[in-house]
Amino acid sequence: MEYFDAIANMSALSFAQHMVNGISLGSLYALIAIGYTMVYGILLMINFAHGDIVMMACYFAFFGITAFHIPWYFTFIITIILTAILGVLIERSAYRPLREAPKNSILISAIGASFLLENLANYLFSGRPMRFPDVPLLSQNISIGGIEIQAICLVIPVVTILSLVVLLHIVNHTKTGMAMRAVSKDYEIARVMGINIDNIISITFIIGSALAAIGAIMYGIRYPGITPMMGVMPGLKCFIAAVIGGIGNIKGAVLGGFILGLGEILIVAFFPDLSGYRDAFAFIVLIVILFYKPTGLLGEKTTEKV
Amino acid sequence: MKKRDMILTIIGIIALFGLAFFVQEEMDSYIRRIVNLCLVYAIIGLSMNLTNGFVGQFSLGQAGFMAIGAYTVGIFTVPVEYRENIFYAMPMNPAIADIELPLWAALILGGALAALFAFAIGTPVLRLRGDYLAVTTLGFSEIIRIWITNAQSITNGALGIKDIPPLNDVRYIFLVTVICFVFITLLVNSSYGRAFKAIREDEIAAEAMGINLFWHKNLAFMVSAFFAGIGGGLYGALLGTVDPKNFLFTLTYNFLLIIVLGGMGSITGSMLGAVIVTAGLEYLRFFDEPLMLFGMDIPLFRPGFRMVIFSVLLMVCVLFWRHGIMGTREFTWQKAIDFVKNPLGFIKRKGAAQ
Repeated sequence: MEYFDAIANMSALSFAQHMVNGISLGSLYALIAIGYTMVYGILLMINFAHGDIVMMACYFAFFGITAFHIPWYFTFIITIILTAILGVLIERSAYRPLREAPKNSILISAIGASFLLENLANYLFSGRPMRFPDVPLLSQNISIGGIEIQAICLVIPVVTILSLVVLLHIVNHTKTGMAMRAVSKDYEIARVMGINIDNIISITFIIGSALAAIGAIMYGIRYPGITPMMGVMPGLKCFIAAVIGGIGNIKGAVLGGFILGLGEILIVAFFPDLSGYRDAFAFIVLIVILFYKPTGLLGEKTTEKV
Repeated sequence: MKKRDMILTIIGIIALFGLAFFVQEEMDSYIRRIVNLCLVYAIIGLSMNLTNGFVGQFSLGQAGFMAIGAYTVGIFTVPVEYRENIFYAMPMNPAIADIELPLWAALILGGALAALFAFAIGTPVLRLRGDYLAVTTLGFSEIIRIWITNAQSITNGALGIKDIPPLNDVRYIFLVTVICFVFITLLVNSSYGRAFKAIREDEIAAEAMGINLFWHKNLAFMVSAFFAGIGGGLYGALLGTVDPKNFLFTLTYNFLLIIVLGGMGSITGSMLGAVIVTAGLEYLRFFDEPLMLFGMDIPLFRPGFRMVIFSVLLMVCVLFWRHGIMGTREFTWQKAIDFVKNPLGFIKRKGAAQ
């Protein structure tokens, strides 16, 4: 009963505050989840290293601003480019040699790539948490109608929606996008039809990693503590978000990201006792979804063939 | 099994037992510790190989099952009179505060609890395949850790449990390893084992042949969790202290390397992999120390370098040497005898066969 009292006592103001937090976290999850869903759609594998790509992007931006004193707007552009290169590099070295190998080997290779990035970051940048530098305008707190929010919270959903619009245009209305859809529909036939599979996969990794970099920069401004292991939990959750929405489906990934982000914040807001179990929420949602709707909310029905 | 092989196996185990006695009595504590760790890792590597190598279900939950076993040992073997000091932040739950068990009972209880937990999560989780199963089991191993951190009156939360009566007896751990080895070998060679391998090769075909997928997967998962729990209990007793941070999901990657290196689906391969990985990680420690060569400080060597090498090793292994040392083959006495009789011919024939 006490929980219901707590909900009743929660003022409209603090509810609005939680909604803003939830929507901005959900947008971040959505951006990262798109990378998972695109790679899964084409290669049918979890890019375990995607969360660690987010982590590396945070470090790139951090060192660009603090060590090299590059203005923040240039730093962000450089970060996006470097991260895209890193994504392609991982694909070339860890996934391409195993394209014809059994699925478990690819999965182990992806885990190895993720573990390597974590250890490399730990070795190069030390395990001590570092503070993401303040960015003018975006890091400031502003107050709207009585609620205090960080300016970045308003920017995050806008950037996410813009990225989504651009991405959907690329996928649905360009030749490259058509090739991507063809590869994800049927890998072999697409190859026979003369599509350069390796190029399409590289482009997929570039787009996914660039979106991850955009997400990472905003994540760093919003939650400034960066460590070598920071990518792991968001990475797992964003994969779950992609599964909830229906893996391979870009709009589904965004929907899943919002469900997880909002759900996580609101659960902690309504039931403060459960705040320790915040990270468990995503996994429970995953089990429930896979149990009742194994192809996700927006996923297509598939049947297993012998 | 032929009579000769049976006798040779028994002789081999007795010889190893003698070696364990020798290590216990004659070697210094550093060597003893490495041997103990090798044996414990062999148990957990074997347990992971059962689900991942023999049934082909890619589970990454070993660290969580280990945590259950280690905490059971920690909670129930710490002497009652120490408990007030250890649980100083929040007193221990009165229901368990006065229960003290001997180590063997706590080990079995820990294994049983891990198996019970595996049964509870296996029912929904094992319907998933491949990647989904990997992520979900990884998630559950983290959830166990989160629960341990939060359940302060039972597990002492983030402070961990200290003063567990230390176990530093190679013979004891060796005995447990042999039991685990024999049990898993018998299981894999039974009709259950054949069903496991059929599921690994083709689930749909196996189901069509009348194999109950759900029951067999769940059985393997529970046996695997049971031995991971026992291995975790030994690990906790070996360290003398348990802490939620010991059981991060990255711990599972050690066992992943062991089974990939030794060969997925090979029992003797896992044993070999465990020895190589554990001893290797121990002897690679000098990578973490600063190194002076000819009066120059080599900047490459500093803390963290060992783990970079470790992860590169995992990558190289899976990229270039996918079948590991043993593949799905096993060590047999016949092959060993052939090798001793005619080493060159054996290698030639082996090369020709491949």
